[in-house]
Amino acid sequence: MAYIALATGFLLILIGLYGALTHSHILRMIVAFTVANTGVNLVLVGVGYMGGRTAPILDKAVEVSAAAQRIIDPLPQALVLTAIVIGLGVTALMLTYAYRLYVTRGTLDISRYTELKW
Amino acid sequence: MIKRFLVLLLVLSMGVMFSQLLVGYSPDRQLNATAHYYATQTASETGAANIVSAIIVTYRGLDTLGEVTVLFLAAAIVGMVLSAKQGGQSPTSASEAERQLPPYPPVGELLATGTQLLVPLILMFGAYVIVNGHLTPGGGFQGGAILASGMLLLLLSDPLRTIGHRLISVVESFSGLAFVLLGILGLLLAGGFLDNKILPLGTFGSLFSAGAIPVIYIFIGLKVGAEFSSMLLNLAKTEER
Repeated sequence: MAYIALATGFLLILIGLYGALTHSHILRMIVAFTVANTGVNLVLVGVGYMGGRTAPILDKAVEVSAAAQRIIDPLPQALVLTAIVIGLGVTALMLTYAYRLYVTRGTLDISRYTELKW
Repeated sequence: MIKRFLVLLLVLSMGVMFSQLLVGYSPDRQLNATAHYYATQTASETGAANIVSAIIVTYRGLDTLGEVTVLFLAAAIVGMVLSAKQGGQSPTSASEAERQLPPYPPVGELLATGTQLLVPLILMFGAYVIVNGHLTPGGGFQGGAILASGMLLLLLSDPLRTIGHRLISVVESFSGLAFVLLGILGLLLAGGFLDNKILPLGTFGSLFSAGAIPVIYIFIGLKVGAEFSSMLLNLAKTEER
């Protein structure tokens, strides 16, 4: 199970990286970055997963005394929650700048932005 | 052509690195020391049934404060970058241009009725997820996002609807301030910044338990909902030109 999640996550990172580097339309690059972001989150959650265990929530199904033997690592989940929220903020920022670029220059083709090219 | 070759080379080499990681990975059989501490001590120390919530709000509450700050910065920059354009234009020409724009196509019956039916339910579900964050999966961030999705539905059904921007920013500032004040209260009354023992821990597993965690999560939820909503409003306004 964990291997499938990890492999999928790594694959998503690679797809996102490839897409961001090869596409020249800024919106496509943003989508590629979100794909890579999802991959990173998936890898982090996958690392915290342990076979045969359950979610880190204590209730009737998981007694407090047996918690250490029954639950998975809660820390990666907390970290990924943070990462998802920050990822959303970053995506919103990227979209906003893309909009500004479009308003000022009338194009979203990255190959038309040559000022910083060397 | 050479660029694409280089990109492929980079992606392939990263793929080799990742595959090495994957081959060498073996899942843990036991919880590591940190996770073991969280698993055994969370219930007695914080009284929260959801260990992830206890970590986010109490054990690593300072990180969460930073996270909320980053989100606030993102929302503020979105607003700033998008409104810089409107400041440059003279107000009269903008309003004239607005008058000459063709009206929006009418909203479909399904969307209009569905909005009226669903928005109260979505808001209620968001409040439920926020309030039960210390007991069930969920919490302030998830519930805040659900609240903002209700806002998105309102914007979709009537793009020209004016939702009080001022109200949203008041909610956002107030809940951010309350979050910090609760943290300082923890410093004064309990063990440290954002300590949840400023309120009684209550019965484990009941709604009014886990000390200040539900209260802090309510403020986080309001703040996240207000920030997402202000981002949505700012992005929706760009369509009106």
